[in-house]
Amino acid sequence: MSAVVLATDDIYVAQNIGFGIIAAVMIVGALKVVTSKNVVHAALSLVLVLAGAAAQYLLLAAEFVAVTQVLVYVGAVMVLFLFGVMLTRAKLGHEADLNNRNHLLGVPVALVMLGVIVWVLIDGFEDTRLPQGDQASPISIQAVSDSIFKPYLLPFWALSFVLLAAVIGAIVLARKD
Amino acid sequence: MLINNFLLLGAVLFCIGVYGVIARKNAVMVLMSIELILNSVNINLLAFSMLHGNADGNTFALYIIAVAAAEVGVGLAMVLLIYRNRKSIALDELSEMKG
Repeated sequence: MSAVVLATDDIYVAQNIGFGIIAAVMIVGALKVVTSKNVVHAALSLVLVLAGAAAQYLLLAAEFVAVTQVLVYVGAVMVLFLFGVMLTRAKLGHEADLNNRNHLLGVPVALVMLGVIVWVLIDGFEDTRLPQGDQASPISIQAVSDSIFKPYLLPFWALSFVLLAAVIGAIVLARKD
Repeated sequence: MLINNFLLLGAVLFCIGVYGVIARKNAVMVLMSIELILNSVNINLLAFSMLHGNADGNTFALYIIAVAAAEVGVGLAMVLLIYRNRKSIALDELSEMKG
């Protein structure tokens, strides 16, 4: 049951402390996203969560995904969200009816799901450690590109068609006739 | 570091996102909660990618980021269309398809 203790490694204390701080920031930001009464504040808290996720990707030695996360999510998706907020309501500031009438029903659902997932994870992985130091084999960008363009080339093509269809679909849906 | 650090963080973010999808009425807020869920999945994929020293997790994470971008684009276009037609994006008022 030592799995939940954060600072079990005595050698890599710095990484654990960094992980803990970023994780705390992400969880507080995520809670603000789902509880805030102000749509713009929720969007800005989402920026915090997405940037924290990019930092966690760096801790996991996935630098290319981290950079992509910053470019796509923090850059493009957040601008889309802010445009969506701006175009769908002019009202800024507090808003009364952002939640459903019976939104408290979501609390037990989320808590039960969290309990089950946490139990399974702690039971399944106990204190499996990520490879570190000498045994670590960080995944190079070259390996990622080899993986994209050799075994996963067909999904890559499909993905480009998905993006094309999304761009055309968004234009067709949102234009005024 | 323990792999459970990252997996538990992913689980917490996932459940917060699920609560947001259930509780929120505003369609833009529901889309934001879906982003939370997709990010927690990405954290899990990258943790396993590093645990096994395999590049597949990184590849899937990149694909998920691309799909999420497409999803937000189409989703917000639909929300704009609904707002233009009905002057409201409250999800519980969209009941035409109820049988």
